[in-house]
Amino acid sequence: MAVPKRKMSRSNTRSRRSQWKASAVHLVNCSNKACRELKPQHIACPTCGQYDGRQVVQPA
Amino acid sequence: MPTPTKGARLGGGPAHERLLLANLATALFQHGRITTTEAKAKRLRPYAERLITKAKVGDLHNRREIMKVIRDKDVVQRLCVEIGPFFSDRSGGYTRITKTMPRKGDNAPMAVIELIQEKTVTAEAEAARKTRFAKDEPKADAPVEDAKVDETDAATTEAPAEDTAVDQDAEAPESATKDAAEEPAEGAKDKS
Repeated sequence: MAVPKRKMSRSNTRSRRSQWKASAVHLVNCSNKACRELKPQHIACPTCGQYDGRQVVQPA
Repeated sequence: MPTPTKGARLGGGPAHERLLLANLATALFQHGRITTTEAKAKRLRPYAERLITKAKVGDLHNRREIMKVIRDKDVVQRLCVEIGPFFSDRSGGYTRITKTMPRKGDNAPMAVIELIQEKTVTAEAEAARKTRFAKDEPKADAPVEDAKVDETDAATTEAPAEDTAVDQDAEAPESATKDAAEEPAEGAKDKS
């Protein structure tokens, strides 16, 4: 079985982990003219509860 | 040949998936709209629409085929008497899936799946003009006569069905029966 020959240095570990990045969620303005809040794309607006001019969920 | 579903089964195995989809379909026909995860909603859509197609035919054989999936007889009755005839002028696409915010707790993408309450654009235009488009003429005549029969059934059975069904939108059955009541009149005008 293959095993590591050397201990991985803190530096190498940290440089590898430096590439673990979170990306910002892509937000768009709600298409409801009365709302215009930012929301994720293709999702019923959590603020007004509308999607494509249709009431889908009760606003929180 | 139908394409096999890609990926793992819902739930724990094939039997669990069958039960899960049957329960989701029952809940959908009972309430008209349900909130579930996006994956389940996407799997439910073709499953539920196939049941509605069977309900549109509505004879004894198809009713028995539905009974294989939906165990609740009240829901089967509602499906065959109200939901099926309501979709008589719509050829597929009976449900709508709208994605909603992910669930708190496990961040699962959620969706709302609902039976479509609106009539089709062509059906509304025809109702407004009191005529039928040429391409709908032969098709439209046949369901009208079926609707007459269904309407008499619905009139007798509607009252007990509404008492038993809990927490449902009253709009769908009412509009369905109204449309069914209007359509024979239009057909009569066309013939005369």
